[in-house]
Amino acid sequence: MSDTFNTVADIIAETCDIPREKIKPESHAIDDLEIDSLDFLDIAFAVDKAFGIKLPLEQWTQEVNDGKASTEQYFVLKNLCARIDDLIAAKSA
Amino acid sequence: MRLEYFQMTDRVVELSRDGGLIRTESTVPTASTIFEGHFPGHPLLPGVLLIETMAQTAGWIILARNRFERMPFLAGVRAAKLRRFVTPGEQLSVAGRIVHEGSGFAVTSCEVESQAKKVCDAELTFRILPFPDPEVRRDLEAAAARIGFPLEALSDAG
Repeated sequence: MSDTFNTVADIIAETCDIPREKIKPESHAIDDLEIDSLDFLDIAFAVDKAFGIKLPLEQWTQEVNDGKASTEQYFVLKNLCARIDDLIAAKSA
Repeated sequence: MRLEYFQMTDRVVELSRDGGLIRTESTVPTASTIFEGHFPGHPLLPGVLLIETMAQTAGWIILARNRFERMPFLAGVRAAKLRRFVTPGEQLSVAGRIVHEGSGFAVTSCEVESQAKKVCDAELTFRILPFPDPEVRRDLEAAAARIGFPLEALSDAG
């Protein structure tokens, strides 16, 4: 598993008091881990700080609401981590 | 302060829009119906109203940062410490600092002092959403004028 996933999983475990072993790359943050929007703000804060990025939560939410994207694209953890890696790469490009 | 109207900020004394810092002042009223219940014969400003006081101060710096385009709503209170009692007539100095601006949210660090001693502090998280109604924005702008919010800070380097 990637360093990004391990960092994100640790953040989720600590922020939401979810056992670390329950958090898998295939886990859906909302459907499987039952993380609500307020907890996700805390996760986004910690992720932003840990990686020096800004998760575009509003854009993602808008795309989901408009039917242009599925929640799986952003909230299944392996996909979320891929987005984070893209944001890190864009930052250093 | 007009506690019954949730007007917790009397005046803005310092605002650095770019620096993400604000200082405000408030005077606890000497009389309020709130003190009749909290507590009879031992009037204290309720801790929840101290948190609201910090939240309103932090809210003003968030509004400055986004130029009153969107409205902050208190969403989280972390590590709140109410360190001493606040009584009627006290002069409060409130500070708010932006810790992080995320997408649709902000995290702030706030504290209140009275007579140069820390009264309380907390980390407050806000959701930042579109104004629910144009009238709410107008009301906030009117409140800004009332408390000496430096509206010119919205258009310059602040």
